[in-house]
Amino acid sequence: MSHVAQGRRKGGFIASFLIAPLALYLTFVIWPYVQTFGYSFTNWTGQSPTFDFVGLENYSALLEDEVFRGALWHNLLLVVFVPVITILLALFFAFMVNAGGRGGAGGVQGVGGSRVYKIVYFFPQVLSLAILAVLFGAIYRSDEGGLLNGFLTKMGLISPEHPVEWLNEPNFVLWCLLFVVVWHGVGFYLVLFSAAMQSVPKDIYEAALLDGAGRAQTFFRVTLPLLWDSVQTSAVYLGIAAMDMFVLVSTMTSGQFGGGPDHHSEVMSTVLMRNFLYFGKSGYACAMGVVMLVLTMILSLITLRATRRERIEF
Amino acid sequence: MGSTGEDLGRRDLIKRSAALGLITVPTMSFLSACASGGDESTKGPDKAPVTKENPFGVAKGGKLDVMVFKGGFGDDYAKAWEAAFDKKWGTTSSHMGTQEITAKLQPRLNGGNPPDVVDDSGAQQIKLDVLAKAGQLADLTAVLDSPSLDDPTKKVRDTLVDGAYEQGLQGGKFVVLKYVYAVFGFWYSGKLFKEKGWTPPKTWDEFLAVCAKAKEAGIGGLAHQGKYPYYINVVIMDLIAKKGGLDAMKAIDNLEPNAFEGNPAALAAVEAVYEVVEKGLLMPGTNGLTHTESQTAWNQYKAAFIPSGSWLENEQLKQTPEDFDMKFLPMPLLADSKLPFEAIRAGVDEPFIVPEKAANKAGAMEFLRSMMSREWSTIFAQQANSLTVVKDGVDPSVKLRPGTQSAVEALKAAGSNTFSYRYPDWYSEMDNEIQNASNELMAQRIQPKEWIKRAQAAVDKAAKDPNAKNNKRS
Repeated sequence: MSHVAQGRRKGGFIASFLIAPLALYLTFVIWPYVQTFGYSFTNWTGQSPTFDFVGLENYSALLEDEVFRGALWHNLLLVVFVPVITILLALFFAFMVNAGGRGGAGGVQGVGGSRVYKIVYFFPQVLSLAILAVLFGAIYRSDEGGLLNGFLTKMGLISPEHPVEWLNEPNFVLWCLLFVVVWHGVGFYLVLFSAAMQSVPKDIYEAALLDGAGRAQTFFRVTLPLLWDSVQTSAVYLGIAAMDMFVLVSTMTSGQFGGGPDHHSEVMSTVLMRNFLYFGKSGYACAMGVVMLVLTMILSLITLRATRRERIEF
Repeated sequence: MGSTGEDLGRRDLIKRSAALGLITVPTMSFLSACASGGDESTKGPDKAPVTKENPFGVAKGGKLDVMVFKGGFGDDYAKAWEAAFDKKWGTTSSHMGTQEITAKLQPRLNGGNPPDVVDDSGAQQIKLDVLAKAGQLADLTAVLDSPSLDDPTKKVRDTLVDGAYEQGLQGGKFVVLKYVYAVFGFWYSGKLFKEKGWTPPKTWDEFLAVCAKAKEAGIGGLAHQGKYPYYINVVIMDLIAKKGGLDAMKAIDNLEPNAFEGNPAALAAVEAVYEVVEKGLLMPGTNGLTHTESQTAWNQYKAAFIPSGSWLENEQLKQTPEDFDMKFLPMPLLADSKLPFEAIRAGVDEPFIVPEKAANKAGAMEFLRSMMSREWSTIFAQQANSLTVVKDGVDPSVKLRPGTQSAVEALKAAGSNTFSYRYPDWYSEMDNEIQNASNELMAQRIQPKEWIKRAQAAVDKAAKDPNAKNNKRS
């Protein structure tokens, strides 16, 4: 049997299992995309089945839309900072709870109480984003009833007359939101990295220990290279989450579907929703959707490419 | 092992498919809503002959599909109406009370099978200008011209309070019946004012003086619903209308090139509001609070005044102390104002519409006609503690709460001196941009002159709207 035919038969065999999910995927994922693409060339209002074809008008309008461009910039900022901060923190914590402990005859182990830490770190992941929005709404609340403001007032750092309006400060709002995402994500990636670390054979660590490697050396020379696959996947996941951000921005910030104050926390999805539903410019919003899709795909590809390394087998 | 060769790595496969699947998550949820149904069924129920008692030819025993916003007014009033309607016409009404108007209504509009009567209200309403542009609103002129149920010698048109007709227009056609009558202004606690010996101010200077006294007493002067600049816009816009007169207000609605820029009344109004900020008379932190948070703080005597419409009392029922004694105050006057102190913004709200493609349009029209009867209006006032657009439509035996009562008195004092803006209904984007500018103003990030510039830019942009030539008022 030829090599090619063998491959083909194997492919057909696999495909036979995939027909049902593939059909669902085509109907509920791909088909809406095709429709969106179609609608992006129309002046559809979103409230009626009638519309006209307007060609590339929506796309050229998009180029001049300062709000959308601002949102795009915010998304790009988040795409850089969310994965980097989350992964660094998660890696650090995961390393500490798995291989950070020293001494003892047992060789490699986590710091004291690491089991408890693992559970505690995972807590935020259990909460849904909607609950998070409410929770952090109370923390960032703009009068002294807010947790942060209350704390800062008690410490005498700010006067109760002038509390910090966290989510109403153009320079803070995006970072406040970023903090929530990172806080939410670290626990999950900690567990993910922990699992990956545990599959690393203990003898590698022990060998490193015997050779006199310190914590930092163990981490950079042993742990990180062996975890690279997981880190790469996490970067893509987090990057995609940073391209979305809809739930948090729309519920926590001011404005129709969020984005306030004065567009300083705007992300593409909030601009999209406002145009889609509130302004009745659904065709235009569909063009934004297409741009979002293309950008997300490009970013994922870049991430996968840029982080490609030779795989280390063990 | 590499990723070359016919053997696609298992890990690679999983990783790639996971990535692909995830890409779709953020965008899909919005865009799948795009899918619109195509077929337009024009099945209508049988029609009965048109008579004086049955001006729309409602057939006995049909179906009526009602969707109402279940917000501050609840939806018990609508259930009571539907029961009365079914009894009279032998119809079977299907009722839906929801807060998610957009989610429930939009797919049905796109699918061509909308409900017959919709109360398109609340935070998730579909904007009326958007619906009008999409050709989804049925012309309701026939309802206005039909005989009133209480007095067949009168037309329904004559039973509407002043201003309600104009506020139902989109592109010059009457397509919206806004049912709730509301007044706008400042609100304060009668109890607090009595305790402190403050008198309700009639001029802006007096207003600032009370705010200053409040500050001395350790409470905020003015609270506003910072996260929703809609409310502070009420203050700004009402000051403009009262100082510059109705012409200043119409200039804004008619998108004139000097609506804000070069309009001394507008600048004076914005500067007056800004003075509150500059002098530190805002309740601390109010700029970042939601409407419920700031209103509740106000209910806890943390601020002297708050701007809102007359639904405030209902909205805050649970948070208001028993002896709070809520009171309404018309917007205090700036120097040399053209309108008197008593003049108030009297608006109508809770928009009822009939979709153009409604299956039982005749029944829907009859339903709206019945809403304009004294009987149904009283049902609403009882169940929802609110006035309706039906002239003298509430039975005097209905007892109102103190806030609503003081609003009714203010309305009487105002007489024909009522006014209202149209632009929020006509131009959503312009409204949104002015709200953003106000948010910046209240946070002291822009100055009054910059506000004027931004507001005028929003007006000039809206003037390019194709509907602008039809949305004219005089």
